[in-house]
Amino acid sequence: MEVRLMQAISKRFNYLFRSTKGLALVAIALISLVAAIWGTLSGPLAEWGVKDIMVRVLGMDLVEAEREGRIIMLYHTIAMAVVAIEVYFITDLVPMKDHERATINATITAGYLIAMVFGLWYAYFGHDRVFHGIFLFGQSLVFFAGVLLAAALWPWKKEYRVKDPDYAHAGGVDLERLAFFLVVVAALGSALFGAVTGSYWGSGHETFLAEDVLREPHKTALELAIIGHLHIMLALIGMGITLIIGRWFDFKGLLHKIAMPLMAIGCIVITLAVWAVVPYEPYAHIFIYVGAVPSMLAALMLVIFGWDKLIREGLAKHGITKASFWQKLRALMHDPLRFGSLWQMVFMNFTVSGVGIFMAVTLEETMRVMPASEERITLTGHWHILSAIIATIILFYFADRVGLKGRVRRWFGWLVIVSSDLAFGAVTVFSLKRLFVSESAQQPLVNWTVLLTDVGLATVLVALAAFMLWRLFDLFRKEGRWAQELAAGELASSEETTSASEREVAR
Amino acid sequence: MKRAFVLLTLVALLVAGCAPVRDMPPAPPPSMETGIDPQTWALVPGGEFLLGQHDHETTIDYDYEVMVTEATNAQYARYLNDALATGTVRIVDDQVVGHYPGDEFRGYDHEKEIEAGEWPHIPLDDPGLRLDFNGASFTPKPGYENHPMVMVTWFGAKAYCEFFGWRLPTEIEWEKAARGPDGRPFPWGHEIESNNANFYSSHDPSEKIVGAQGNTTPVGFYNGRSYEGYQTLDSASPYGVYDMAGNVWEWAADVYEGAHYRYMRGGSKANYAYNLRVWTRNSAGPDYFGPSAGFRCLRAVTE
Repeated sequence: MEVRLMQAISKRFNYLFRSTKGLALVAIALISLVAAIWGTLSGPLAEWGVKDIMVRVLGMDLVEAEREGRIIMLYHTIAMAVVAIEVYFITDLVPMKDHERATINATITAGYLIAMVFGLWYAYFGHDRVFHGIFLFGQSLVFFAGVLLAAALWPWKKEYRVKDPDYAHAGGVDLERLAFFLVVVAALGSALFGAVTGSYWGSGHETFLAEDVLREPHKTALELAIIGHLHIMLALIGMGITLIIGRWFDFKGLLHKIAMPLMAIGCIVITLAVWAVVPYEPYAHIFIYVGAVPSMLAALMLVIFGWDKLIREGLAKHGITKASFWQKLRALMHDPLRFGSLWQMVFMNFTVSGVGIFMAVTLEETMRVMPASEERITLTGHWHILSAIIATIILFYFADRVGLKGRVRRWFGWLVIVSSDLAFGAVTVFSLKRLFVSESAQQPLVNWTVLLTDVGLATVLVALAAFMLWRLFDLFRKEGRWAQELAAGELASSEETTSASEREVAR
Repeated sequence: MKRAFVLLTLVALLVAGCAPVRDMPPAPPPSMETGIDPQTWALVPGGEFLLGQHDHETTIDYDYEVMVTEATNAQYARYLNDALATGTVRIVDDQVVGHYPGDEFRGYDHEKEIEAGEWPHIPLDDPGLRLDFNGASFTPKPGYENHPMVMVTWFGAKAYCEFFGWRLPTEIEWEKAARGPDGRPFPWGHEIESNNANFYSSHDPSEKIVGAQGNTTPVGFYNGRSYEGYQTLDSASPYGVYDMAGNVWEWAADVYEGAHYRYMRGGSKANYAYNLRVWTRNSAGPDYFGPSAGFRCLRAVTE
């Protein structure tokens, strides 16, 4: 009996901590758990008094002066897990040696788990400095995993030269692999950018949130470094998921050949420009805009390629050779998970990039005539939407990888697309409200946008919770889906998707 | 059919979100006496105190007095009538305007030049203004007599204080008056309850009428009294100053090098509770006015 129990636990442990799907599932589940608990500390749940109950039940110690520090710790714990998920996908999708894959995944898993547990413990449950030290150790492991990943991705290895001319290459070097490599190296450098400032914490550097110093005419070098750090890390996470989705779609051909060099150049320029914010702030912004253009163009090419592919597949499925506009549209949208992952990149332009460019161009006329508290809402709304959009894209990819099929696939996909975009759209309108309604007359608009945001986000969270519960209950089944996935190893492919390994053989 | 139902529901939600925007406030608030006299002043003794979120030891080496409450609509209406009569301010294009000698312009990034000239003090055509103007004199709107004066620019706040020989408090003076010497985050102590102050979704009586963003409450409202069943906590600062957290942001006097922005303190009815911490800063151009921005004055003790 005991042996069987141990075997059952061992098998599940193997699935959860040694397979890509299991590792990603654990990280997504933990992020969901953190979001569910810590989400009660603000927004409508705080207004309804849930925060007070949660603080009392969990014994949280919320000192007012430490709010900003707590939030920074919370962001970092979630970000570490998101980075880990992307790393799992990269080690799964990009060819590398098995021992490299295993070492990187194990190191980053230990790192983000340690950072998450001890970071939150330090920030919210008493302030034992030992826990802060262990939190830093966890982050260091994540960094070390990144170094290992960069080494594993080294694009000039002979065995990873491109053989199929359909994929972007230069002298045989796989440019997609190069782009992955550059994103990882840029992330490592940019992490150091934050770490250096962090090391001054308590010895000259004081905790602050970037949105609180936005109008300070004299920012310190350490403040500029932190502002640069948070912007570039999010941008690189965005580039990372774009490349991952490119692999998922088996992005190739002419557009791939144009997009990959653009992505690589964009990554280099934008990263160096963000680092240059510290010594040369006024000029660095110009180069940030310059660097953003090729990266966004590369993403656009992926969207064009992917949508074209979806249309062709959808039409072929129904044997349609000459299609009307509506038939093409239907074909495009026949798989919400794959359509959604690219649609969210497009939608990002309406709610993040477009809005960001508008804000930058009209800064003095629109943003800077508002009180700082209003501009702050606009900025925080801006990057919350960006983070959440990236999260939905990760979810779409993961849901496909774990084999969501048929009606459940369609319902989950469309529910997340429609409700998240409803929420993001409402947040965008809310954050830009001053452009079309005066402060004295804003209440009805505030009421509606807040309601739509809450409805949208709640629906996404319910869909996510259902998804997570399905996978949780599955773990209690002897021959559940987890067992099939484990038995199939990392070669498991899902509906309508070419697996990474199959594609690598083709390459 | 099911799909159509879901689609229709979503469309209905979106359309509902495009409902016409109506002006607020819809009706005058009930008059409430708080028992706190807005004409009174509180003494803030000089000495050391802890400044900012990170508790920097700071010294103010003089005593001063601050208004116990924010300046009210009734007070500002009386002032405007006097100032119009003396020619300190005048009415131009639906605005009360007055002279300001200008700031030194250094040409920093994002810095706007504040030139010498006439600058707006209050708008006359914004529904957020709680004053009536009959073409000759100002009166507070009924029910708003003892509410804080809002829709007033930094110029308008400064002019009010200077008209009486007072001035706006600097940020440091304001913060000391709000938190006293012991480093507390709120004027009354270390934690905030919903009936300590008027902030976003604090469930004060006005929120039942106009929603979570609420309306202003009479100055000195949070003094431990009960108002028709709504029990408040006595939320004065250690020096007996009311409304230093919530209700309306308060303009500070400082003009900083390289920035045209003026700073506000205290948080408002429209902000979450964390904005009410005494070190939280808000800023806007000196010509900004809004339904959540007011002020109080400071005077030297020798008076």
